[in-house]
Amino acid sequence: MDTVVIEVSGTLSAASSLFLASAGLTLIFGAMRVINLAHGSFYMFGAFLTTSLVGFATGARFWWAVPVAALAVALIGAGVELGVIRHIYGKEHLTQLLATYALFLIFADLALRIWGAESRAVPVPKSFFGSIEIAGEQIPKYNLVIVGTAIAVGVGLWLLLKLTTLGWRIRAAVDDPESLEASGVNLQLLFTVVFALGALLAGLGGAVISPQIAVTPGIDGSIIVGAFIVTVVGGLGSILGAAVAALLIGASETAGTLAAPDWASTFPYIAMIAILAVRPWGLFGQPER
Amino acid sequence: MSVLRSNPAADEKRASLLVRDVNTYYGASHVLQGVSLRLAEGEVVALLGRNGAGKTTLLRSIVGLTRARSGGVEVGGRDVRKAAPHTVARLGIAFVPSGRRVFGSLSVDENLRLSSRSCPRRKGPWSVARVYETFPKLADVKARGARHLSGGEQQMLKLGRALVTNPNILLLDEPTEGLAPVVVGQLGEWLELLRGEGFGVLLAEQNAMFALRHSDRGYILEKGRIRFEGSATELRSSEELLSGLGVSARAVRVVDAAEGRES
Repeated sequence: MDTVVIEVSGTLSAASSLFLASAGLTLIFGAMRVINLAHGSFYMFGAFLTTSLVGFATGARFWWAVPVAALAVALIGAGVELGVIRHIYGKEHLTQLLATYALFLIFADLALRIWGAESRAVPVPKSFFGSIEIAGEQIPKYNLVIVGTAIAVGVGLWLLLKLTTLGWRIRAAVDDPESLEASGVNLQLLFTVVFALGALLAGLGGAVISPQIAVTPGIDGSIIVGAFIVTVVGGLGSILGAAVAALLIGASETAGTLAAPDWASTFPYIAMIAILAVRPWGLFGQPER
Repeated sequence: MSVLRSNPAADEKRASLLVRDVNTYYGASHVLQGVSLRLAEGEVVALLGRNGAGKTTLLRSIVGLTRARSGGVEVGGRDVRKAAPHTVARLGIAFVPSGRRVFGSLSVDENLRLSSRSCPRRKGPWSVARVYETFPKLADVKARGARHLSGGEQQMLKLGRALVTNPNILLLDEPTEGLAPVVVGQLGEWLELLRGEGFGVLLAEQNAMFALRHSDRGYILEKGRIRFEGSATELRSSEELLSGLGVSARAVRVVDAAEGRES
């Protein structure tokens, strides 16, 4: 039984990372029907910007590096929407995939030029260094930050969508963008804001997770796969779905590690195939209009 | 309400909405072929035509959801042919689409409150509270998800959503479509209410009998062109025009007799 706490903690932490990486993706797809392959690039930029902002060795500036990195990525997101995404709304999925894949490649190249090919590290901030004891087990303290951020993002998004005018507009844009536009809402501006918000969430995810990973070129590609699995399983456009799917995928990974370590990385895919076979539109998604 | 056809220049001046020689395409298909139309505040105008005649396209071209390739669309003297839909809305044109196009994942109350904030600079007598007063049925279901409303309730909600933006002109696209006959009767009452409030209403309808009963003037759109323009009385009494719309004049007389009117 002594490993249960560790496994649960590991699952929660993995699920939180997945949720942070996919919340923005599902938000953007839900409101704008755009499949953004460059979403992983935003995550990567969040992490890389943190490595630059945090200060060498000490990591003393971590707590302001995270929001600054996230906001910087939001600005990049707004620029991407204005420059590229705006021109591919309503186009075929293939066009969108190609355009956002091009962005993915460009951003990968940019990151390589700016930060080089070598792995960079972000020191864990002092206050969350080391581990804490939960039920007799040592859990990395920083896991609390990741899980806490994921919960804050989840609750924050829920409140935004439930209570604010912006949130209602986002939901209305999912239902019927034309009627929203014709009622007097500047849809283009709304889309820029939503895209920037999605980018901000990805950047925040990358920044918050950076102390636990080796920040290298290529994390953009590895995170996007997980984020897409979570988004599709949860139901495209559903924040709640992304949270539940992140937990499921995290748990299936943990279960895989315990049951058949050699096949561990296959388990999330098996979970995905099983769920999509029963509900092709995902757990909380809706069949295509 | 009289029609000032004797003086077209004065008419144009009076018109809050002026559509002039508009051509609209879907791809290579020439849907609207030089359509002109005018509408003043306080006037209810029927836009009649069979399915596929271009009625919806005309409404969409006015509000900018589909851009007209040439011609002019003027709202209060300002050319909006190339304007974005939200700009047209903020100039006082409310588009009420056909079918079940409410914001389904929002509650009734959220639908109305959201729309009431869409044109913040437009002031007028209509508020969410007044919509509930006017349509008490909506107040009863205000917490319900809009996708679970009946067809009639959705029609009410779409109308309420348009009213809270305090427009000058409402463009109604096939409001009777899919409604039970009882609800169509209510819709007629709502139209009379809109007329009483001084709104201009452009009523695109396949149900010509219904539309002509509640309008001052009418246009008949056929294959993308205006075939006829005249007063509602003229239209109702022309067997030829009505049969072109699939309505027999006898049916009109029967309905009129039942309602105790003379045609």
